[in-house]
Amino acid sequence: MTESLKIALSKGRILEEGLPLLAKAGIVPREDPAKSRKLILDTNLDNVQLVIIRAADVPTYVQYGAADLGMAGKDVLMEYGGDGLYELLDLKIAVCRLMVAEPAKLAQQDDPKKWTRLRIATKYPAITRRHFAAKGIQTDIIKLYGSMELAPLVGLSDRIVDLVGTGKTLKANGLVEVEHIADISAWLVANKASMKMKHAAVKGLVDRLASAIPGRP
Amino acid sequence: MFEKDRWLLPEGVDEILPPEARRLEAMRRRLLDLFDLWGYELVMPPLVEYLESLLTGSGRDLDLQTFKLTDQLTGRLMGIRADMTPQAARIDAHYLKRQAPVRLCYVGSVLRTRPDEFAGSRELLQLGAELYGHPGPASDIEVLRLMLETLATVGLTDLHLDLGQVGVFRGLAKDAGLAPELEAALFDALQRKARPEVEALLAGGDLATTKKQALAALLDLNGAGDVLPRARALLKSAPSEVVQALANLQTVAEAVQRAYPKLPVYFDLAELRGYRYYTGVLFSALVPGRGQAVAQGGRYDGIGKAFGRARAATGFSADLRQLLKIAPAVDVPPGAILAPAGDEPELQQAIARLRAAGERVVSALPGATAAAAELGCDRELVKQGGAWAVNKLAGR
Repeated sequence: MTESLKIALSKGRILEEGLPLLAKAGIVPREDPAKSRKLILDTNLDNVQLVIIRAADVPTYVQYGAADLGMAGKDVLMEYGGDGLYELLDLKIAVCRLMVAEPAKLAQQDDPKKWTRLRIATKYPAITRRHFAAKGIQTDIIKLYGSMELAPLVGLSDRIVDLVGTGKTLKANGLVEVEHIADISAWLVANKASMKMKHAAVKGLVDRLASAIPGRP
Repeated sequence: MFEKDRWLLPEGVDEILPPEARRLEAMRRRLLDLFDLWGYELVMPPLVEYLESLLTGSGRDLDLQTFKLTDQLTGRLMGIRADMTPQAARIDAHYLKRQAPVRLCYVGSVLRTRPDEFAGSRELLQLGAELYGHPGPASDIEVLRLMLETLATVGLTDLHLDLGQVGVFRGLAKDAGLAPELEAALFDALQRKARPEVEALLAGGDLATTKKQALAALLDLNGAGDVLPRARALLKSAPSEVVQALANLQTVAEAVQRAYPKLPVYFDLAELRGYRYYTGVLFSALVPGRGQAVAQGGRYDGIGKAFGRARAATGFSADLRQLLKIAPAVDVPPGAILAPAGDEPELQQAIARLRAAGERVVSALPGATAAAAELGCDRELVKQGGAWAVNKLAGR
C-alpha cells in the first residue's frame, strides 16, 4: 500500500463516530481533530491523510478528486445527487431519520392522504420536491440553513422536512413527526478515478472498514 | 448590464488566447495528421441540424445536454450539436453507403447545456475517430490503440486504462427478465456501487437465486488482472451472450496489454457509462490527479439503423481543450525575426525568402515603437555590407 489516500470527514457526529471506525481499520490521526485547527491531518500511516470539511462539501471534494474517499450522510448524497461517485459502504453511524413534521395542533386534524399543496421549510429542497412529487403533491419550498423547527412557529411554513435523531428538539418546539421519508446514516463514498487508479489502496481500506462496521462479525 | 461587466462571458464558455491558441492548433494539426496516417477520413458535420436526426439513437442525457432553437424557415426544432458521434454515424449510414469498413474522424466545437464537471467548460473541442462496418474485437483494438497513440502524441504517457463491457449487465438483466423499473433502479445503484441498495433491490425482485447472485457479483468484479478469470468462474452458468461478452473483453485486453505492457489496466464489469448507447466493450483513459477520463469510447453497434442501415460501430473521442490543459507544454516558443519598416524590393525579397523557409517574420510599422521582445521576436533583420542578414538580438 504505497498510493496516498485522502479521506474527507465532516466535524460533528460523523467525525465522532467515524474516528473509532477508522481506528478499528488501523487509521489514527496524529492530532485530535476536535481540538486541532488544521484542516489536513496526518495519521499514523504515512500515506493516509484526513481532510476535515463541512458535511455538505464532502460529496463535492470526493467527486472532483480533492479527496479519494469520504464519509457523507445519506441525506447529503440524496440532496446533491451522488452521480460522480461510488457509495461503497453503509457505515451505520450517525444514524437518524429524515421526516416530515408539523405543529401538534395541526396534526390533530390533519390527514396526509388529503395533501395537495404544501408549504415546507427545509434544508433539503431537492429531496423534498422529489418525495412529494412522487406522491403527486405540489410543494412550495422555503430553503433554510438551520433551526427548521422555528419556521412553523412563526408562520413561515406549515410543515418542515428535517433530520430527526432523538426527537427532543421537535417535542420542545411543539412539533410531531407525520411522515417518514428515509432512514439516514453515513456512507463511505469514493472518487471513481481513485477507485480505478488506486484500486489496491482503496479496496484494502474499504475491506478493513467493512469489517469494522457495528453489527458485523 | 453595467459597462464594467461587458467583457463577461457566459458561465462555462471561454476563449483561448495566445500562446495557448497556437499550442492548441499545433495539437489539432498533429492529431489530424496522425488520424490521416491511420487511414481515417476527415468529415465536417454541421454545427446545427434538426433535432430528430441529432438525437437519433442517443439517450435522454444527450437531449438534456443539447441547446435548441427554432428554424425560422421551417418552424422545426434544431439543435446545436452536443456530441459529434451520432453525426458521424449518420454520415456513414446515410451518405457513404459503402460495404467496406469505413474509418472517419472529426474535430469541432460542441456545445453542452451543462458542464460535465465542476466549473467545467460547456464548449468542448471534440476530437474523435470512428470505425464502422466491423463487428469483431479487431476494430475495438484498433480504435483503442489509436486512442492511446492520440494521448501519447500530445505527451500524455502516464495513463491508466479502464475497461468494461456493457454486454455483461445487459445479458444478465435480459436473462433475469427484470421489470424496466427494477432494471433502472438496479442500474443506478450499480453505477454507485451501493452494495446495500443492490442487495435490497435484488431481494425485493422475484428472481431465481443464481440470477440474483450473478447480478450481485458485478459489484465485486472490478480491479486488476484477476477480474476476468473471476468473472468467468462466477458467471459460468450465465447465458451465452454474457460468456461471449467476457471473451470479447478478454481478447481486447490481451491485445492492448501485448502492445502496451506497462499500461496499468483496470477492469470494471459494473461500469455502464452510456449504457443505452453502447453495446459492447467500453474504454476510457485516466491520468493521475484528475477525477475525469481524458478520452473515452466503446462499441455502439446499431445506431445507424435509425438512419436506414444498421452498422457495427466503434470509436473514441476526447476534448482537445481538456487535453491542452493537462498535456505537458512541450512546444518551445517559436521565436520570430523583426524586419524593419520599408518597401525596398531587396528587403521584401529577404522577408519572403525567410517566410518561405518557415521563419516567422514580423514587420515593424513606421511610427510604432515597440520592443522586439514585445512582438515576440528574438532576432532581427539588418542590412550588413549591402545585404540583409539575420542577427540575434541582445539579451535573448
